[in-house]
Amino acid sequence: MSDQERIAGIVAEHEGREGPLLPLLRDIQAELGCVSAEAEAQVAQALNLSRAEVHGVASFYHDFTERPDPRPCVEICRAEACQARGVEALMQAARDAAGDRVRLADVYCLGLCSVGPNAKLDDAVHARLDAAGLVSLIESA
Amino acid sequence: MTYERQKDFGTPEVLSETQVTLSIDGREVTVPAGTSVMRAAAECGGSIPKLCATDNVKAFGSCRLCLVEIEGRKGTPASCTTPAEQGMIVATQTPRLEKLRRGVMELYISDHPLDCLTCSANNDCELQDQAAAVGLRDVRFGYDGADHLGAPTDTSNPYFDFDPSKCIVCSRCVRACDEVQGTLALTIDGRGFASMVSAGQTTDDFLSSECVSCGACVQACPTATLQEKSVKEIGKPERSVVTTCAYCGVGCTFRAEMRGEQLVRMVPWKDGKANRGHSCVKGRFAWGYANHADRITSPMVRESIHEPWREVSWVEALEFTAGRLRTIREESGPRALGGITSSRCTNEETFLVQKLVRAGFGSNNVDTCARVCHSPTGYGLKTTFGTSAGTQDFDSVMHSDVVLVIGANPTDAHPVFASRMKRRLRQGAKLIVIDPRRIDLVRSPHIAAAHHLALRPGTNVAVLTAMAHVIVTVGLVDETFVAERCEADAFEEWSRFVAEERHSPEFLQDVTGVPAQTLREAARLFATGGNGAIYYGLGVTEHSQGSSTVMAIANLAMATGNIGRPGVGVNPLRGQNNVQGACDMGSFPHELSGYRHISDGDVRSLFEQDWKVTLDDEPGLRIPNMLDAALDGSFRAIYIQGEDILQSDPDTRHVAAGLAAMDCVIVHDLFLNETANYAHVFLPGSTFLEKDGTFTNAERRMQLVRKVMEPANGMQDWEVTQALANALGLGWDYTHPSQVMDEIARLTPTFAGVSFDRLEAEGSLQWPVNEAFPDGAPVMHEAGFVRGKGLFVVTDYVPTDEKTGPRFPLLLTTGRILSQYNVGAQTRRTANVVWHEEDVLEVHPTDAENRGLKSGDWVRLASRKGETTLRAKVTDRVAPGVVYTTFHHPETQANVVTTDYSDWATNCPEYKVTAVQVAPSNGPSDWQENYAELSGRSRRIAPAEPAE
Repeated sequence: MSDQERIAGIVAEHEGREGPLLPLLRDIQAELGCVSAEAEAQVAQALNLSRAEVHGVASFYHDFTERPDPRPCVEICRAEACQARGVEALMQAARDAAGDRVRLADVYCLGLCSVGPNAKLDDAVHARLDAAGLVSLIESA
Repeated sequence: MTYERQKDFGTPEVLSETQVTLSIDGREVTVPAGTSVMRAAAECGGSIPKLCATDNVKAFGSCRLCLVEIEGRKGTPASCTTPAEQGMIVATQTPRLEKLRRGVMELYISDHPLDCLTCSANNDCELQDQAAAVGLRDVRFGYDGADHLGAPTDTSNPYFDFDPSKCIVCSRCVRACDEVQGTLALTIDGRGFASMVSAGQTTDDFLSSECVSCGACVQACPTATLQEKSVKEIGKPERSVVTTCAYCGVGCTFRAEMRGEQLVRMVPWKDGKANRGHSCVKGRFAWGYANHADRITSPMVRESIHEPWREVSWVEALEFTAGRLRTIREESGPRALGGITSSRCTNEETFLVQKLVRAGFGSNNVDTCARVCHSPTGYGLKTTFGTSAGTQDFDSVMHSDVVLVIGANPTDAHPVFASRMKRRLRQGAKLIVIDPRRIDLVRSPHIAAAHHLALRPGTNVAVLTAMAHVIVTVGLVDETFVAERCEADAFEEWSRFVAEERHSPEFLQDVTGVPAQTLREAARLFATGGNGAIYYGLGVTEHSQGSSTVMAIANLAMATGNIGRPGVGVNPLRGQNNVQGACDMGSFPHELSGYRHISDGDVRSLFEQDWKVTLDDEPGLRIPNMLDAALDGSFRAIYIQGEDILQSDPDTRHVAAGLAAMDCVIVHDLFLNETANYAHVFLPGSTFLEKDGTFTNAERRMQLVRKVMEPANGMQDWEVTQALANALGLGWDYTHPSQVMDEIARLTPTFAGVSFDRLEAEGSLQWPVNEAFPDGAPVMHEAGFVRGKGLFVVTDYVPTDEKTGPRFPLLLTTGRILSQYNVGAQTRRTANVVWHEEDVLEVHPTDAENRGLKSGDWVRLASRKGETTLRAKVTDRVAPGVVYTTFHHPETQANVVTTDYSDWATNCPEYKVTAVQVAPSNGPSDWQENYAELSGRSRRIAPAEPAE
């Protein structure tokens, strides 16, 4: 099945839904690993929006990417509370552990401020990380 | 007038019955409720600093510069988003506000290049103005942080550049594209510091994006980020003159911004009542033809069309012309002479051309290009309503609940009005489109037609009668309106007629191709959906039943009570800037100005006394009859002002033969057009930038055209016509077009109250302007129809004689595209060719597959009349069995294939239906080859003879 057909399928699943754009983009990102320019255009056509509008929405959210990145992703909180609890000191070790194999993404607050530094891999949030904990999390990715 | 920007009130005007009074910096001001504090301040002469606000888009509240303090309220609210309230006490300048504003401005400037002295917006930049207004002296943050100064400039659009390094991301451009133009081609890419204005997607530049180059974003930009290339090249304008656009019938008014004799840019005038400060790519940018190298500025003559042209003096040209005209008149009588007025020229120029023909040539052989476009509108609306014009102003559409568009493509042909219509549709009005082609209005961002009736070309009458059938048989007629306002007998006859089973949607669906259920739903929606307005174009008129269709539209409007108030009506979208005016001015062979028949002795004697001549009391020849008469030798001389009949009129080979048979063809134009290939005299014309006069737009609005530069040819067009009249001994002595308008007003009751002085004072007037309507009439037939009672007319569907068959199985229909205009004489000589450099033939995928065609292939398009070649574009915008092309390019000459079938009442040609065959091709048709050769030969200009 071509990407175009897969997107058409996702569009069909959301037919009739109020405010379908974000759920649709999320499903496309999950299914195809990215929201490409072609996907934006196809969604625009399907929802009778302009290509620019869809791009404006898709480019606003970091979770939608223009190209697929097959690498695993570890999201590290860099917000104030985690900074106060020492996340900055862990970053060099994290980068060394990640290399080119793992993608590190900065995020701002995972909602566990009292138990930072925090990071997220897949759907699990890991708290109270020290350098060793973070490195092993990255290595496990 | 010296140059200054038009005043910007910050937020749009609010219309409200309730008024509120507030105090701003100690000044009392009264404004309609709902007006922003910012606008209220501007109304009383104040000026609150602002960057993200401008008065053609809604308030946004993002720049935080327009903060004010309001007594009794906490904080410093943004004045753009705060509505004025009764008794409010507002302070706009306090130490606290000054500090806040300076801080905001410091942040903006910390990421802005400090190259004001070399910036093309220097001294015409709102950022610069506001920095001065808030007293910016230094930037505490320095300039070492991250910035956008290295962002590359997008120069892809031919008319303006996008330089994001100067962008302050105020979103004015994005909002203008959304709210004013309705294309939504711009967005903000990314978030936070990375936010950037973006045309389309990451992969786009302005040219490849959905942008239609209307210029609204450029106008909205407060900096040099989006700016006309012409300003960069020429510099800041030093004066401006308000004038009226010479493209389509919307009649946008612009400020022609000048530097010396050079036009720097055209900026839509916010006080223009037709365009309300908006524009399209043609009027805004495509004026470069005025100084194009092809422009001919010297008169030329030749003995025969086989000789090269000879440049001569005006005196020699006029003597040569007058001599020929006199000889022909002596040999063959006055009826061997005639003229064609131009819908491109002013009312005054048009009036003089018809006066020259009637009073000077001595015949009524005068016609106008409306013959080939809206003559059925004149006939149909005069018959049913009593006057030959649309019933509404453009503002009316903002009160419509159901909009019915038939045979018109407003987003391409009347883009500025289309933007207004789309704004109303986005507010929730319903749309019905009746068109063989899936035009953009059927489905484009945020716009979707409730019903698209994709009928077979040539079946308009059948579809409209079937709609009437539904309305009558289901009992949806507005009985009260019909009883009070319309002739009872005619209505009875009509309603019996449409109720016959042979007019039911079910009976007609095989003929029209419109499913009965769709048609029924559309008819119900139109009859019951509230204010119903009908907008139509040449897809209605240019048929063998054009006049019948116009009357069927009028019937539908009357039956549903949709006449005589804002939001309803019958609205022909006029193709050319002054086609309404040209018709009003007596350009038709049977009518004097104000649509009065030439056979009416009282009317004639009025003109005879004023002009001191005797007028022929018989209607003269129409354009097609002139060409026929030329072939039999009885019509020998023609004066054609500003029209290229060879390219624009149907059946090109017949037109060519008719012109070739004449002894004196006088072409008065900007360029050696296609018709000039058959001319003996070429009189150079002046552009709309070079003349004074008036144009009348599709809403009957008369507006001034003002001269902004001297005519390159030495004379305005009315002066050329006067010189020709005087060479024939008529002794005209007009010194200004206002005197011609005075004569028109004197002789025409409809225009009795019109004068240049009034137009100067009031901006525009919508005729009639007379005792009954001293200030004109935005909506017609309010109290009663001009003819008394509205007349229902029975419209029997008669299929055209142009039929498909085994040799010609497809139906060709023609139209326009946004970037090109009519025969393209102007737009082809501008950068608009970037969007459309050749005519292409749209073919449905099924028809393409049957013929082995793909997009880009050369194809031969043949009809019973002729053939041409062009490239194919495979698209499902057209239905199977239908092909479509434009007629903008002389290399294609789409009208080689159109026929001489025409409207039964007015001879308006049936451009919209031609039976054709399409086949692969590998070279130009014989006609194209022969014509290209003749055209090259005929355009030769002899080198000037060396002085002895």
